[in-house]
Amino acid sequence: MTETKKIRVLIAKPGLDGHDRGAKVVARALRDAGMEVIYTGLRQTPEMIVEAALQEDVDCIGLSILSNAHGALFPRIVELLTGEGRNDILLFAGGIFPDEDVPEIKRLGFRGVFGPGSDTRDIAAFIRTEIAARGPVRG
Amino acid sequence: MTVAAELVARVEAGDRRALARLITWIEDDDPRAHAALAGLYPRTGRAHIVGVTGAPGTGKSTLVSALAAEERKRGRSVGIISIDPTSPFTGGALLGDRIRMMEHIADRGVFMRSMASRGSVGGLSVSTSDAVRALDAFGCDVVFVETVGAGQAEIDIVRTAHSVIVIEAPGLGDEIQAFKAGILEIADVFVVNKADREGADKTANALKVMLDVGNTMKQRRGDGPARVPAPSAAEAGHHGAREGNFPAEAYAPTTDATEWRPPILKTVAAERRGVIEVVDALDAHWRHLRESGAITQRERERVEDEVRQLLGRTLTRRCVEAGGLERYAALVDAVTARALDPRGAVEALIGAWVAQRKEAG
Ligand code: B12
Ligand SMILES: Nc1nc2c(ncn2[C@@H]2O[C@H](COP(=O)(O)OP(=O)(O)O)[C@@H](O)[C@H]2O)c(=O)[nH]1
Ligand SMILES: [Mg+2]
Repeated sequence: MTETKKIRVLIAKPGLDGHDRGAKVVARALRDAGMEVIYTGLRQTPEMIVEAALQEDVDCIGLSILSNAHGALFPRIVELLTGEGRNDILLFAGGIFPDEDVPEIKRLGFRGVFGPGSDTRDIAAFIRTEIAARGPVRG
Repeated sequence: MTVAAELVARVEAGDRRALARLITWIEDDDPRAHAALAGLYPRTGRAHIVGVTGAPGTGKSTLVSALAAEERKRGRSVGIISIDPTSPFTGGALLGDRIRMMEHIADRGVFMRSMASRGSVGGLSVSTSDAVRALDAFGCDVVFVETVGAGQAEIDIVRTAHSVIVIEAPGLGDEIQAFKAGILEIADVFVVNKADREGADKTANALKVMLDVGNTMKQRRGDGPARVPAPSAAEAGHHGAREGNFPAEAYAPTTDATEWRPPILKTVAAERRGVIEVVDALDAHWRHLRESGAITQRERERVEDEVRQLLGRTLTRRCVEAGGLERYAALVDAVTARALDPRGAVEALIGAWVAQRKEAG
């Protein structure tokens, strides 16, 4: 009678970037893959995103940026999460990133980076694999 | 210290990460949540619990956000639980209520949590009352619970609130949606939101007519609920003249001052208009529940309901576990094959549990 633990995901759009199609497509796809997806809407500051992640106690955060503002926003989000003692949360990102930036994004702790044309089934599979490898996150 | 005891201490100290984790355990039906809730129970029973329900898109989340802002102005801390449906096909859920509530994110006096309905029978109302209790123990003065006014599970949840707001909005067809869903009866305050749109007066009027009819029938049968008085005109106006102030209407034709007449209030939640009146009505209802003593009865009914639900769930689990899942499946097969009747299967399951208890001494 015990259910398997539901994966809770926060999908957020940091900064002033108004491109939200991709984030919505991914949010819906993850719901259809059986996850509980919290969508915060557009124009979120790093502080807002981290606070939402804490209150919702999510397993992972997916950030969507197409405006090339990741250089300032991503490190700040990682810094805030670390300050709250929550760098156990799985991080990944999607949108448009210059190829040369991807290694730096990964070095910050983002385990997956998904560009235009990414298959949403791959995104769902990536989350499952990563979460399974981490063991019980809500211990 | 046990994990649960440590969590209790952290929640009591106002650690919102601990509160968030406790709600996760509650949702997962984790035994650590049961232990922590037992520890927190003496600290609960202080918050005013407000249920907010209505058809999708009527503006529940927007209104709750606006109500939270007004409650904060009155110096109260606020907890919010918004429930969205889990897809019965995929088990997933898209929880979007937070979009309308982000204005409070930097305010430590507001804690908001999205919950998916998850679909286990009876499980939703149990986990919702536990989550509300967690917010209560955390120190929230007011807890709003937003549910889509659809199924019985949602009605059961809002029924456990002290005060219930039912929202309607113009433009959803001529029908009163709450009437279709059977939730008119549980309202303490009616809100017609989107009063900036055409048809709001028509909707308010349709509500009034429907309620007048229902009320007359109840009075004739003499079985109307024991209700308490609505806020007096003087009370409703105690904030003085304001802009964007909509007149309140109390629908019931009765002149009995001991009855609560659910007011019908118009709001434009998106512009925070009419919101002060809604909080005034909630305050008045809360005050009257306590002053008339109706709160004791409501509370007792709520507790009894919860104990009964928990008893059912706990016994079910223990009986099934006592005989093992395979035996349970075999019994269901036997009933399907008409080799056994359903009550016979239940007796067999209870028998297995009793036998197990005896063995354990
Ligand atoms: C549609 C579009 C718009 C629409 C946006 C509508 C909307 N509500 O989203 C409109 C017309 C409003 C628009 C406006 C602008 N746009 Co525009 N826009 C596009 C365009 C053509 C397609 C984007 C899109 O929706 N794709 C479809 C979705 C489904 O794909 P996606 O977002 O890439 O998402 C996929 C992946 O990236 C990934 N993904 C995305 N997010 C996430 C999140 C997670 C967690 C994960 C795992 C994966 C993931 O998975 C998705 C599925 O595969 C792109 C060019 C392009 N081909 O990408 C330019 C583009 C993004 N826009 C651009 C620009 C410059 C602008 C404007 C500044 C133009 C202007 N001067 O006014 C404005 C800015 C608007 C604003 N406020 O931010 C540039 C950005 C350049 C840059 N990065 O430096 C682009 C790249 C065009 C270009 N080549 O110059 N735009
Ligand atoms: N015109 C108008 N739109 C509103 C009002 N309140 C909310 N809305 C909009 O109605 C839509 C649904 O609101 P939401 O709060 O998400 O509704 P819910 O599904 O009942 O929680 C959103 O686009 C809101 O911006 C209002 O008073 N007037
Ligand atoms: Mg809502």
